[in-house]
Amino acid sequence: MAARRFESTGSTGTLLHIDWTRCDGRGLCTELLGDQLDRDEWGYPLARVDSGSLEARDRSNVPIPADQQDAAADAVALCPVQALRLVPRP
Amino acid sequence: MTVRDALPPAHGAPGPSAAPTPAPLAGGVVPPATTARLFLAADPTFAAHRAVYGPMPGIEHPNALVDEVRLSGLDGRGGAGFSVWRKLAAVLASTARTNTAHNNSGGMRTKRPIVVGNGSEGEPLSRKDETLMRRAPHLVIDGLLACAAVVGATEATLYVSTEGANAMRTALAERADGARIAVVVAPDGFVTGEATAVANALEHGVSVPRDHVVHLSESGVRGRPTLVQNVETLAQLALIARFGAAWFRSIGTEDEPGTRVVTVSGAVDAPQVIEVAGGTPVQTIIAACMNAADGADPADKADPADDADAAAGALSSVRAVLIGGYHGGWVPSGDLAVPLSRAALEPYGAHPGAGVLFVLGTGGCGLETSANIAAYLAGQSARQCGVCVNGLPAMADVLSRLAARHRDARLPAEIVRLAELVTGRGSCSHPDGTARFVLSSLTAFQTDVRAHLEGRCEVYG
Ligand code: SF4
Ligand code: SF4
Repeated sequence: MAARRFESTGSTGTLLHIDWTRCDGRGLCTELLGDQLDRDEWGYPLARVDSGSLEARDRSNVPIPADQQDAAADAVALCPVQALRLVPRP
Repeated sequence: MTVRDALPPAHGAPGPSAAPTPAPLAGGVVPPATTARLFLAADPTFAAHRAVYGPMPGIEHPNALVDEVRLSGLDGRGGAGFSVWRKLAAVLASTARTNTAHNNSGGMRTKRPIVVGNGSEGEPLSRKDETLMRRAPHLVIDGLLACAAVVGATEATLYVSTEGANAMRTALAERADGARIAVVVAPDGFVTGEATAVANALEHGVSVPRDHVVHLSESGVRGRPTLVQNVETLAQLALIARFGAAWFRSIGTEDEPGTRVVTVSGAVDAPQVIEVAGGTPVQTIIAACMNAADGADPADKADPADDADAAAGALSSVRAVLIGGYHGGWVPSGDLAVPLSRAALEPYGAHPGAGVLFVLGTGGCGLETSANIAAYLAGQSARQCGVCVNGLPAMADVLSRLAARHRDARLPAEIVRLAELVTGRGSCSHPDGTARFVLSSLTAFQTDVRAHLEGRCEVYG
Protein backbone atom coordinates (compact mmCIF):
# COMPACT_ATOMS: atom_id res chain seq x y z
CA MET A 1 0.00 0.00 0.00
CA ALA A 2 1.42 3.32 -1.02
CA ALA A 3 1.07 5.81 1.76
CA ARG A 4 3.17 8.53 3.19
CA ARG A 5 5.58 7.65 5.96
CA PHE A 6 4.92 9.61 9.10
CA GLU A 7 7.14 10.42 12.02
CA SER A 8 5.66 10.11 15.46
CA THR A 9 6.18 13.50 17.04
CA GLY A 10 4.82 12.67 20.45
CA SER A 11 3.96 16.25 21.26
CA THR A 12 0.65 17.01 19.65
CA GLY A 13 -0.78 13.51 19.83
CA THR A 14 -1.27 11.15 16.94
CA LEU A 15 -3.76 8.69 15.53
CA LEU A 16 -3.19 4.96 15.66
CA HIS A 17 -4.33 3.66 12.28
CA ILE A 18 -5.60 0.09 12.17
CA ASP A 19 -5.30 -1.77 8.87
CA TRP A 20 -8.28 -4.09 9.19
CA THR A 21 -7.19 -6.10 6.18
CA ARG A 22 -4.14 -7.23 8.17
CA CYS A 23 -5.27 -7.35 11.79
CA ASP A 24 -6.03 -10.87 12.93
CA GLY A 25 -7.28 -9.94 16.36
CA ARG A 26 -4.49 -11.36 18.48
CA GLY A 27 -5.04 -8.58 20.96
CA LEU A 28 -1.50 -7.52 21.75
CA CYS A 29 -2.24 -3.86 21.09
CA THR A 30 -5.30 -3.95 23.33
CA GLU A 31 -3.07 -5.02 26.22
CA LEU A 32 -0.50 -2.30 25.61
CA LEU A 33 -3.11 0.42 25.16
CA GLY A 34 -5.82 -0.65 27.55
CA ASP A 35 -7.09 2.88 28.10
CA GLN A 36 -7.56 3.49 24.40
CA LEU A 37 -8.46 0.05 23.10
CA ASP A 38 -10.97 -2.55 24.21
CA ARG A 39 -11.36 -5.98 22.60
CA ASP A 40 -14.61 -6.90 20.90
CA GLU A 41 -16.19 -10.33 21.16
CA TRP A 42 -14.03 -11.63 18.30
CA GLY A 43 -10.79 -10.21 19.71
CA TYR A 44 -10.43 -7.19 17.42
CA PRO A 45 -9.36 -3.82 18.82
CA LEU A 46 -12.25 -1.49 19.63
CA ALA A 47 -11.55 2.19 20.21
CA ARG A 48 -12.81 3.46 23.56
CA VAL A 49 -14.18 6.68 22.15
CA ASP A 50 -17.81 7.56 22.35
CA SER A 51 -18.06 11.01 20.92
CA GLY A 52 -20.16 12.05 18.01
CA SER A 53 -22.70 10.16 16.00
CA LEU A 54 -22.30 6.60 14.82
CA GLU A 55 -21.43 7.84 11.33
CA ALA A 56 -18.98 10.52 12.39
CA ARG A 57 -16.75 8.16 14.31
CA ASP A 58 -13.61 7.05 12.60
CA ARG A 59 -12.78 3.92 14.51
CA SER A 60 -9.92 2.98 12.22
CA ASN A 61 -7.89 5.94 13.48
CA VAL A 62 -7.71 5.96 17.25
CA PRO A 63 -6.62 9.19 19.01
CA ILE A 64 -3.52 8.57 21.15
CA PRO A 65 -2.81 11.09 23.92
CA ALA A 66 0.71 12.44 24.34
CA ASP A 67 1.49 10.32 27.40
CA GLN A 68 0.65 7.13 25.52
CA GLN A 69 2.90 7.73 22.52
CA ASP A 70 5.52 5.28 23.71
CA ALA A 71 3.00 2.54 24.34
CA ALA A 72 1.49 3.19 20.92
CA ALA A 73 4.92 3.04 19.28
CA ASP A 74 5.51 -0.30 21.05
CA ALA A 75 2.21 -1.62 19.74
CA VAL A 76 3.18 -0.59 16.21
CA ALA A 77 6.53 -2.35 16.55
CA LEU A 78 5.17 -5.48 18.19
CA CYS A 79 1.96 -6.14 16.23
CA PRO A 80 2.74 -9.55 14.73
CA VAL A 81 1.13 -8.72 11.38
CA GLN A 82 2.17 -5.04 11.01
CA ALA A 83 -1.43 -3.88 11.08
CA LEU A 84 -0.72 -0.69 13.00
CA ARG A 85 0.82 2.64 12.11
CA LEU A 86 0.94 6.09 13.68
CA VAL A 87 -0.29 8.99 11.61
CA PRO A 88 -0.48 12.67 12.53
CA ARG A 89 -3.83 14.13 13.47
CA PRO A 90 -5.25 15.96 10.49
CA MET B 1 -35.41 -9.10 -11.51
CA THR B 2 -36.53 -7.91 -14.92
CA VAL B 3 -35.62 -4.35 -15.56
CA ARG B 4 -36.16 -3.05 -19.03
CA ASP B 5 -34.72 0.28 -19.95
CA ALA B 6 -37.66 2.24 -21.17
CA LEU B 7 -37.11 5.38 -23.14
CA PRO B 8 -37.52 8.41 -20.95
CA PRO B 9 -40.93 9.94 -21.61
CA ALA B 10 -40.84 12.15 -24.68
CA HIS B 11 -41.23 15.31 -22.66
CA GLY B 12 -39.11 14.16 -19.76
CA ALA B 13 -40.31 12.60 -16.57
CA PRO B 14 -42.54 14.60 -14.26
CA GLY B 15 -40.40 16.93 -12.23
CA PRO B 16 -40.55 20.09 -10.15
CA SER B 17 -39.43 22.50 -12.83
CA ALA B 18 -39.13 22.92 -16.56
CA ALA B 19 -36.41 24.84 -18.32
CA PRO B 20 -37.05 27.83 -20.55
CA THR B 21 -36.47 27.02 -24.20
CA PRO B 22 -32.73 27.53 -24.66
CA ALA B 23 -31.22 29.33 -27.62
CA PRO B 24 -29.41 27.20 -30.21
CA LEU B 25 -25.63 27.09 -29.96
CA ALA B 26 -23.21 27.31 -32.86
CA GLY B 27 -23.80 24.54 -35.36
CA GLY B 28 -27.53 24.50 -34.72
CA VAL B 29 -27.25 22.36 -31.58
CA VAL B 30 -30.07 23.04 -29.13
CA PRO B 31 -29.36 22.32 -25.45
CA PRO B 32 -31.85 19.73 -24.16
CA ALA B 33 -34.81 21.62 -22.72
CA THR B 34 -36.60 18.91 -20.73
CA THR B 35 -35.74 16.19 -18.24
CA ALA B 36 -34.75 13.98 -21.18
CA ARG B 37 -31.09 14.92 -21.38
CA LEU B 38 -28.83 11.91 -21.45
CA PHE B 39 -30.79 9.60 -23.75
CA LEU B 40 -31.56 11.93 -26.65
CA ALA B 41 -29.41 10.25 -29.29
CA ALA B 42 -31.46 8.13 -31.69
CA ASP B 43 -28.97 5.28 -31.38
CA PRO B 44 -25.61 4.67 -29.67
CA THR B 45 -23.49 5.66 -32.68
CA PHE B 46 -21.04 8.54 -32.72
CA ALA B 47 -22.96 10.14 -35.61
CA ALA B 48 -26.24 10.16 -33.67
CA HIS B 49 -24.43 11.51 -30.62
CA ARG B 50 -22.83 14.37 -32.57
CA ALA B 51 -26.10 15.18 -34.27
CA VAL B 52 -27.87 15.77 -30.96
CA TYR B 53 -25.17 17.16 -28.70
CA GLY B 54 -22.67 18.66 -31.14
CA PRO B 55 -18.90 18.46 -30.69
CA MET B 56 -17.27 18.54 -27.28
CA PRO B 57 -15.58 21.89 -26.67
CA GLY B 58 -11.79 21.77 -26.21
CA ILE B 59 -10.47 22.01 -22.65
CA GLU B 60 -8.14 25.00 -22.88
CA HIS B 61 -8.44 26.12 -19.28
CA PRO B 62 -8.78 23.17 -16.89
CA ASN B 63 -9.67 25.46 -13.99
CA ALA B 64 -12.52 26.99 -15.97
CA LEU B 65 -14.17 23.59 -16.38
CA VAL B 66 -13.57 22.71 -12.72
CA ASP B 67 -15.26 25.98 -11.84
CA GLU B 68 -18.19 25.30 -14.14
CA VAL B 69 -18.63 21.90 -12.50
CA ARG B 70 -18.49 23.60 -9.09
CA LEU B 71 -21.21 26.04 -10.09
CA SER B 72 -23.32 23.19 -11.46
CA GLY B 73 -23.39 21.46 -8.07
CA LEU B 74 -22.94 18.05 -9.74
CA ASP B 75 -22.49 15.24 -7.22
CA GLY B 76 -21.05 11.78 -7.91
CA ARG B 77 -23.57 9.23 -9.17
CA GLY B 78 -21.83 6.04 -8.06
CA GLY B 79 -23.34 5.95 -4.60
CA ALA B 80 -21.24 8.01 -2.23
CA GLY B 81 -22.34 11.30 -3.80
CA PHE B 82 -19.08 13.21 -3.35
CA SER B 83 -18.89 16.64 -4.89
CA VAL B 84 -17.38 16.17 -8.34
CA TRP B 85 -15.47 19.44 -8.56
CA ARG B 86 -13.77 18.79 -5.21
CA LYS B 87 -12.41 15.47 -6.44
CA LEU B 88 -11.18 17.08 -9.67
CA ALA B 89 -9.56 19.92 -7.74
CA ALA B 90 -7.96 17.50 -5.26
CA VAL B 91 -6.35 15.45 -8.03
CA LEU B 92 -5.19 18.61 -9.82
CA ALA B 93 -3.68 19.96 -6.60
CA SER B 94 -1.96 16.76 -5.54
CA THR B 95 -0.57 16.19 -9.05
CA ALA B 96 0.93 19.69 -8.93
CA ARG B 97 2.23 19.06 -5.41
CA THR B 98 3.86 15.68 -6.12
CA ASN B 99 5.45 16.93 -9.29
CA THR B 100 6.86 20.02 -7.61
CA ALA B 101 8.21 17.89 -4.76
CA HIS B 102 9.75 15.43 -7.20
CA ASN B 103 11.37 18.13 -9.29
CA ASN B 104 12.80 19.73 -6.18
CA SER B 105 14.19 16.44 -4.95
CA GLY B 106 16.39 15.98 -7.96
CA GLY B 107 14.75 15.08 -11.24
CA MET B 108 12.70 12.06 -10.27
CA ARG B 109 10.05 11.14 -12.80
CA THR B 110 6.86 13.10 -12.49
CA LYS B 111 3.71 11.28 -11.51
CA ARG B 112 0.96 11.49 -14.03
CA PRO B 113 -2.49 11.10 -12.57
CA ILE B 114 -4.73 8.13 -13.32
CA VAL B 115 -8.29 8.71 -14.50
CA VAL B 116 -10.89 5.96 -14.27
CA GLY B 117 -14.51 5.80 -15.38
CA ASN B 118 -16.33 3.40 -13.09
CA GLY B 119 -19.24 1.47 -14.60
CA SER B 120 -18.81 -1.73 -12.60
CA GLU B 121 -22.26 -1.32 -11.01
CA GLY B 122 -21.88 -3.92 -8.26
CA GLU B 123 -25.27 -3.02 -6.81
CA PRO B 124 -27.60 -5.85 -7.90
CA LEU B 125 -30.65 -3.54 -8.05
CA SER B 126 -29.01 -1.01 -10.37
CA ARG B 127 -29.08 -1.10 -14.17
CA LYS B 128 -28.60 2.57 -14.90
CA ASP B 129 -24.87 2.48 -15.63
CA GLU B 130 -25.27 -0.43 -18.03
CA THR B 131 -28.20 1.35 -19.71
CA LEU B 132 -26.21 4.53 -20.03
CA MET B 133 -23.23 2.72 -21.55
CA ARG B 134 -25.45 0.94 -24.04
CA ARG B 135 -27.52 3.98 -24.97
CA ALA B 136 -25.17 6.94 -24.54
CA PRO B 137 -21.59 5.62 -24.56
CA HIS B 138 -20.21 8.70 -26.27
CA LEU B 139 -21.30 11.01 -23.48
CA VAL B 140 -19.34 8.78 -21.09
CA ILE B 141 -16.28 8.93 -23.35
CA ASP B 142 -16.56 12.72 -23.72
CA GLY B 143 -16.74 13.11 -19.95
CA LEU B 144 -13.84 10.76 -19.29
CA LEU B 145 -11.58 12.51 -21.81
CA ALA B 146 -12.57 15.89 -20.36
CA CYS B 147 -11.57 14.71 -16.86
CA ALA B 148 -8.27 13.41 -18.24
CA ALA B 149 -7.62 16.76 -19.94
CA VAL B 150 -8.44 18.66 -16.76
CA VAL B 151 -5.97 16.78 -14.58
CA GLY B 152 -3.31 16.38 -17.28
CA ALA B 153 -3.62 12.67 -18.02
CA THR B 154 -3.02 11.46 -21.56
CA GLU B 155 -4.83 8.18 -21.11
CA ALA B 156 -7.80 6.91 -19.17
CA THR B 157 -9.39 3.63 -18.18
CA LEU B 158 -12.95 2.37 -18.15
CA TYR B 159 -13.58 -0.17 -15.40
CA VAL B 160 -16.93 -1.62 -16.34
CA SER B 161 -19.27 -4.61 -16.26
CA THR B 162 -19.10 -7.20 -19.04
CA GLU B 163 -22.18 -5.75 -20.78
CA GLY B 164 -20.81 -2.24 -20.41
CA ALA B 165 -17.44 -3.31 -21.85
CA ASN B 166 -19.00 -4.54 -25.10
CA ALA B 167 -20.91 -1.31 -25.60
CA MET B 168 -17.95 0.86 -24.71
CA ARG B 169 -15.51 -1.02 -26.98
CA THR B 170 -17.86 -0.59 -29.91
CA ALA B 171 -18.18 3.12 -29.21
CA LEU B 172 -14.43 3.64 -28.67
CA ALA B 173 -13.67 2.01 -32.02
CA GLU B 174 -15.79 4.65 -33.73
CA ARG B 175 -13.64 7.61 -32.80
CA ALA B 176 -9.96 8.51 -33.10
CA ASP B 177 -9.59 9.64 -29.49
CA GLY B 178 -11.04 6.29 -28.38
CA ALA B 179 -7.57 4.78 -28.64
CA ARG B 180 -6.56 6.67 -25.51
CA ILE B 181 -9.02 4.74 -23.38
CA ALA B 182 -8.42 1.21 -22.12
CA VAL B 183 -11.32 -1.01 -21.09
CA VAL B 184 -10.99 -3.27 -18.04
CA VAL B 185 -13.77 -5.69 -17.17
CA ALA B 186 -14.76 -5.63 -13.50
CA PRO B 187 -15.62 -8.92 -11.83
CA ASP B 188 -19.11 -9.31 -10.38
CA GLY B 189 -19.50 -8.50 -6.72
CA PHE B 190 -20.97 -5.92 -4.41
CA VAL B 191 -17.74 -4.32 -3.21
CA THR B 192 -15.68 -4.58 -6.43
CA GLY B 193 -16.71 -1.07 -7.50
CA GLU B 194 -15.58 0.61 -4.28
CA ALA B 195 -12.99 3.21 -5.25
CA THR B 196 -10.01 1.61 -3.49
CA ALA B 197 -11.07 -1.76 -4.95
CA VAL B 198 -10.95 -0.18 -8.41
CA ALA B 199 -7.44 1.13 -7.70
CA ASN B 200 -6.43 -2.29 -6.41
CA ALA B 201 -7.86 -3.99 -9.50
CA LEU B 202 -5.93 -1.74 -11.87
CA GLU B 203 -2.70 -2.10 -9.90
CA HIS B 204 -2.75 -5.71 -8.74
CA GLY B 205 -5.62 -7.33 -10.61
CA VAL B 206 -7.56 -8.02 -7.43
CA SER B 207 -10.84 -6.19 -6.99
CA VAL B 208 -11.01 -5.95 -3.23
CA PRO B 209 -10.94 -2.73 -1.21
CA ARG B 210 -7.66 -1.84 0.45
CA ASP B 211 -6.45 -0.06 3.52
CA HIS B 212 -5.78 3.64 3.09
CA VAL B 213 -4.81 6.59 5.24
CA VAL B 214 -4.74 9.13 2.44
CA HIS B 215 -7.35 9.69 -0.22
CA LEU B 216 -6.97 8.21 -3.70
CA SER B 217 -6.70 11.73 -5.09
CA GLU B 218 -3.34 11.87 -3.35
CA SER B 219 -2.11 8.32 -3.70
CA GLY B 220 -4.01 5.70 -5.66
CA VAL B 221 -2.88 3.38 -8.44
CA ARG B 222 0.91 2.86 -8.07
CA GLY B 223 1.06 5.85 -5.76
CA ARG B 224 -0.24 8.19 -8.45
CA PRO B 225 -3.04 10.71 -7.87
CA THR B 226 -6.15 8.82 -8.94
CA LEU B 227 -9.55 10.09 -10.02
CA VAL B 228 -12.40 7.58 -10.06
CA GLN B 229 -15.73 8.83 -11.39
CA ASN B 230 -18.93 6.95 -12.06
CA VAL B 231 -19.99 6.73 -15.73
CA GLU B 232 -23.21 8.73 -15.20
CA THR B 233 -21.17 11.44 -13.51
CA LEU B 234 -18.98 11.56 -16.62
CA ALA B 235 -21.97 11.79 -18.96
CA GLN B 236 -23.44 14.64 -16.90
CA LEU B 237 -20.06 16.37 -16.93
CA ALA B 238 -19.92 16.09 -20.73
CA LEU B 239 -23.20 18.03 -20.89
CA ILE B 240 -22.04 20.65 -18.39
CA ALA B 241 -18.87 21.19 -20.46
CA ARG B 242 -21.08 21.86 -23.50
CA PHE B 243 -24.05 23.76 -22.13
CA GLY B 244 -22.82 25.20 -18.81
CA ALA B 245 -23.74 25.19 -15.15
CA ALA B 246 -26.77 27.47 -15.48
CA TRP B 247 -28.29 25.13 -18.04
CA PHE B 248 -27.56 22.16 -15.76
CA ARG B 249 -29.34 23.83 -12.86
CA SER B 250 -32.36 24.81 -14.94
CA ILE B 251 -33.93 21.48 -14.00
CA GLY B 252 -34.14 20.00 -10.55
CA THR B 253 -34.03 21.88 -7.26
CA GLU B 254 -31.55 24.18 -5.55
CA ASP B 255 -30.16 21.26 -3.50
CA GLU B 256 -30.53 18.59 -6.15
CA PRO B 257 -29.81 20.30 -9.46
CA GLY B 258 -29.98 18.59 -12.84
CA THR B 259 -31.29 15.17 -13.66
CA ARG B 260 -30.51 11.78 -12.23
CA VAL B 261 -30.82 8.32 -13.76
CA VAL B 262 -32.69 5.91 -11.51
CA THR B 263 -33.48 2.21 -11.63
CA VAL B 264 -36.95 1.29 -10.40
CA SER B 265 -37.57 -2.38 -9.67
CA GLY B 266 -39.61 -4.69 -7.48
CA ALA B 267 -43.40 -4.51 -7.17
CA VAL B 268 -44.10 -2.10 -10.01
CA ASP B 269 -45.87 -2.77 -13.31
CA ALA B 270 -42.99 -1.53 -15.41
CA PRO B 271 -39.54 -1.87 -13.84
CA GLN B 272 -37.32 0.56 -15.70
CA VAL B 273 -34.37 2.87 -15.92
CA ILE B 274 -35.61 6.43 -16.11
CA GLU B 275 -34.10 9.92 -16.07
CA VAL B 276 -35.80 12.19 -13.54
CA ALA B 277 -35.33 15.73 -12.29
CA GLY B 278 -33.36 16.04 -9.04
CA GLY B 279 -35.66 16.34 -6.04
CA THR B 280 -38.62 14.60 -7.72
CA PRO B 281 -40.95 13.10 -5.08
CA VAL B 282 -40.48 9.36 -4.74
CA GLN B 283 -44.19 8.71 -5.27
CA THR B 284 -44.12 10.52 -8.62
CA ILE B 285 -41.35 8.22 -9.84
CA ILE B 286 -43.10 5.09 -8.58
CA ALA B 287 -46.46 6.15 -10.03
CA ALA B 288 -44.82 6.68 -13.43
CA CYS B 289 -43.69 3.06 -13.34
CA MET B 290 -47.17 1.88 -12.43
CA ASN B 291 -49.06 3.69 -15.16
CA ALA B 292 -46.69 3.01 -18.00
CA ALA B 293 -47.25 -0.75 -17.79
CA ASP B 294 -48.57 -1.95 -21.15
CA GLY B 295 -50.44 1.02 -22.52
CA ALA B 296 -53.33 2.63 -20.70
CA ASP B 297 -55.96 0.38 -19.25
CA PRO B 298 -59.28 1.00 -21.08
CA ALA B 299 -61.08 1.08 -17.74
CA ASP B 300 -58.81 3.94 -16.66
CA LYS B 301 -59.59 5.89 -19.80
CA ALA B 302 -63.30 5.69 -19.13
CA ASP B 303 -62.72 6.78 -15.58
CA PRO B 304 -62.38 10.53 -15.03
CA ALA B 305 -59.96 10.07 -12.10
CA ASP B 306 -57.23 12.67 -12.12
CA ASP B 307 -53.52 12.02 -11.87
CA ALA B 308 -53.34 12.35 -8.10
CA ASP B 309 -56.03 9.74 -7.59
CA ALA B 310 -54.34 7.48 -10.06
CA ALA B 311 -51.03 7.90 -8.21
CA ALA B 312 -52.70 7.20 -4.87
CA GLY B 313 -54.33 4.10 -6.33
CA ALA B 314 -51.06 2.87 -7.80
CA LEU B 315 -49.26 3.42 -4.50
CA SER B 316 -51.84 1.53 -2.45
CA SER B 317 -50.04 -1.70 -3.36
CA VAL B 318 -46.72 -0.39 -1.95
CA ARG B 319 -45.48 -1.35 1.51
CA ALA B 320 -42.15 0.46 1.40
CA VAL B 321 -39.46 1.63 -1.00
CA LEU B 322 -35.78 0.87 -0.53
CA ILE B 323 -33.86 3.91 -1.70
CA GLY B 324 -30.13 3.97 -2.37
CA GLY B 325 -29.78 0.24 -2.86
CA TYR B 326 -28.63 -2.40 -0.41
CA HIS B 327 -26.59 0.19 1.48
CA GLY B 328 -29.58 2.50 1.55
CA GLY B 329 -32.68 2.70 3.68
CA TRP B 330 -36.41 1.94 3.60
CA VAL B 331 -39.00 4.67 3.26
CA PRO B 332 -42.41 3.39 4.46
CA SER B 333 -45.48 3.80 2.25
CA GLY B 334 -46.90 6.69 4.27
CA ASP B 335 -43.85 8.87 3.56
CA LEU B 336 -43.50 8.52 -0.21
CA ALA B 337 -44.03 12.24 -0.81
CA VAL B 338 -40.39 12.60 0.24
CA PRO B 339 -38.23 14.10 -2.53
CA LEU B 340 -35.29 12.22 -3.97
CA SER B 341 -32.79 14.44 -2.17
CA ARG B 342 -29.91 13.85 0.17
CA ALA B 343 -31.28 16.05 2.96
CA ALA B 344 -34.84 14.71 2.86
CA LEU B 345 -33.76 11.06 2.75
CA GLU B 346 -31.17 11.25 5.50
CA PRO B 347 -33.64 10.58 8.36
CA TYR B 348 -34.42 7.23 6.69
CA GLY B 349 -30.77 6.22 6.42
CA ALA B 350 -31.33 6.52 2.67
CA HIS B 351 -29.64 8.63 0.00
CA PRO B 352 -30.18 9.26 -3.72
CA GLY B 353 -26.83 7.49 -4.16
CA ALA B 354 -26.73 5.44 -7.33
CA GLY B 355 -30.44 6.07 -7.92
CA VAL B 356 -31.84 2.72 -6.86
CA LEU B 357 -35.53 2.46 -5.94
CA PHE B 358 -36.76 -1.01 -5.02
CA VAL B 359 -40.46 -1.31 -4.32
CA LEU B 360 -41.73 -3.79 -1.74
CA GLY B 361 -45.39 -4.60 -2.36
CA THR B 362 -48.00 -5.12 0.32
CA GLY B 363 -47.71 -8.86 -0.34
CA GLY B 364 -44.12 -8.97 0.97
CA CYS B 365 -42.85 -9.02 4.54
CA GLY B 366 -40.38 -6.19 5.12
CA LEU B 367 -38.42 -8.08 7.76
CA GLU B 368 -38.09 -11.19 5.64
CA THR B 369 -36.94 -9.17 2.62
CA SER B 370 -34.49 -7.23 4.78
CA ALA B 371 -33.11 -10.41 6.33
CA ASN B 372 -32.48 -11.85 2.86
CA ILE B 373 -30.68 -8.69 1.78
CA ALA B 374 -28.62 -8.63 5.00
CA ALA B 375 -27.60 -12.25 4.41
CA TYR B 376 -26.60 -11.39 0.86
CA LEU B 377 -24.53 -8.44 2.09
CA ALA B 378 -22.82 -10.57 4.72
CA GLY B 379 -21.88 -12.99 1.94
CA GLN B 380 -20.45 -10.15 -0.15
CA SER B 381 -17.78 -9.26 2.40
CA ALA B 382 -14.39 -9.35 0.71
CA ARG B 383 -13.36 -11.41 3.77
CA GLN B 384 -10.35 -9.28 4.62
CA CYS B 385 -11.38 -7.57 7.83
CA GLY B 386 -12.22 -9.57 10.92
CA VAL B 387 -15.05 -7.37 12.12
CA CYS B 388 -16.74 -7.52 8.72
CA VAL B 389 -16.22 -11.27 8.39
CA ASN B 390 -17.63 -11.98 11.87
CA GLY B 391 -19.98 -9.08 12.52
CA LEU B 392 -22.03 -9.00 9.31
CA PRO B 393 -23.13 -12.65 9.44
CA ALA B 394 -23.89 -12.25 13.16
CA MET B 395 -26.08 -9.23 12.43
CA ALA B 396 -27.80 -10.94 9.50
CA ASP B 397 -28.42 -14.00 11.65
CA VAL B 398 -30.20 -12.06 14.40
CA LEU B 399 -32.31 -10.26 11.80
CA SER B 400 -33.27 -13.59 10.23
CA ARG B 401 -34.39 -14.87 13.63
CA LEU B 402 -36.57 -11.79 13.99
CA ALA B 403 -37.93 -12.37 10.47
CA ALA B 404 -38.68 -16.00 11.37
CA ARG B 405 -40.76 -14.79 14.37
CA HIS B 406 -38.56 -16.11 17.17
CA ARG B 407 -40.27 -14.84 20.29
CA ASP B 408 -37.20 -13.30 21.84
CA ALA B 409 -37.67 -9.67 22.92
CA ARG B 410 -33.89 -9.12 23.04
CA LEU B 411 -33.44 -9.48 19.25
CA PRO B 412 -33.95 -5.82 18.20
CA ALA B 413 -31.52 -4.53 20.83
CA GLU B 414 -28.97 -7.13 19.75
CA ILE B 415 -29.26 -5.98 16.13
CA VAL B 416 -28.69 -2.38 17.21
CA ARG B 417 -25.68 -3.41 19.32
CA LEU B 418 -24.07 -5.33 16.44
CA ALA B 419 -24.77 -2.53 13.97
CA GLU B 420 -23.03 -0.11 16.31
CA LEU B 421 -20.15 -2.53 16.85
CA VAL B 422 -19.30 -3.03 13.15
CA THR B 423 -19.71 0.58 12.01
CA GLY B 424 -16.43 2.25 11.04
CA ARG B 425 -14.40 -0.90 11.61
CA GLY B 426 -13.55 -2.15 8.15
CA SER B 427 -11.24 -0.99 5.39
CA CYS B 428 -14.19 0.01 3.27
CA SER B 429 -17.69 1.22 4.08
CA HIS B 430 -19.36 -2.17 3.58
CA PRO B 431 -19.91 -2.74 7.32
CA ASP B 432 -21.25 0.82 7.71
CA GLY B 433 -23.63 0.52 4.78
CA THR B 434 -24.87 -2.88 5.91
CA ALA B 435 -25.43 -1.62 9.45
CA ARG B 436 -27.31 1.41 8.17
CA PHE B 437 -29.57 -0.76 6.02
CA VAL B 438 -30.32 -3.18 8.86
CA LEU B 439 -31.13 -0.32 11.26
CA SER B 440 -33.45 1.24 8.69
CA SER B 441 -35.39 -2.02 8.41
CA LEU B 442 -36.02 -1.97 12.19
CA THR B 443 -37.32 1.59 11.96
CA ALA B 444 -39.40 1.33 8.79
CA PHE B 445 -41.01 -1.94 9.85
CA GLN B 446 -41.40 -1.29 13.56
CA THR B 447 -45.01 -2.47 13.71
CA ASP B 448 -43.90 -5.68 12.02
CA VAL B 449 -41.10 -6.03 14.57
CA ARG B 450 -43.68 -5.91 17.38
CA ALA B 451 -45.94 -8.39 15.60
CA HIS B 452 -43.08 -10.79 14.89
CA LEU B 453 -42.01 -10.75 18.52
CA GLU B 454 -45.54 -11.89 19.37
CA GLY B 455 -45.25 -14.65 16.79
CA ARG B 456 -47.47 -12.94 14.23
CA CYS B 457 -46.78 -11.52 10.78
CA GLU B 458 -48.92 -9.00 8.92
CA VAL B 459 -48.27 -10.75 5.64
CA TYR B 460 -47.98 -14.42 6.50
CA GLY B 461 -50.44 -14.39 9.40
S1 SF4 C 1 -1.67 -6.34 17.77
FE1 SF4 C 1 -2.03 -6.23 15.59
S2 SF4 C 1 -3.02 -8.18 15.05
FE2 SF4 C 1 -3.14 -7.93 17.27
S3 SF4 C 1 -5.14 -7.03 17.61
FE3 SF4 C 1 -3.66 -5.37 17.54
S4 SF4 C 1 -3.65 -4.74 15.43
FE4 SF4 C 1 -4.66 -6.71 15.46
S1 SF4 D 1 -14.81 -4.09 5.38
FE1 SF4 D 1 -15.51 -6.05 4.58
S2 SF4 D 1 -15.91 -5.70 2.43
FE2 SF4 D 1 -14.69 -3.96 3.15
S3 SF4 D 1 -12.56 -4.52 2.76
FE3 SF4 D 1 -12.99 -5.23 4.80
S4 SF4 D 1 -13.70 -7.35 4.59
FE4 SF4 D 1 -13.79 -6.39 2.58
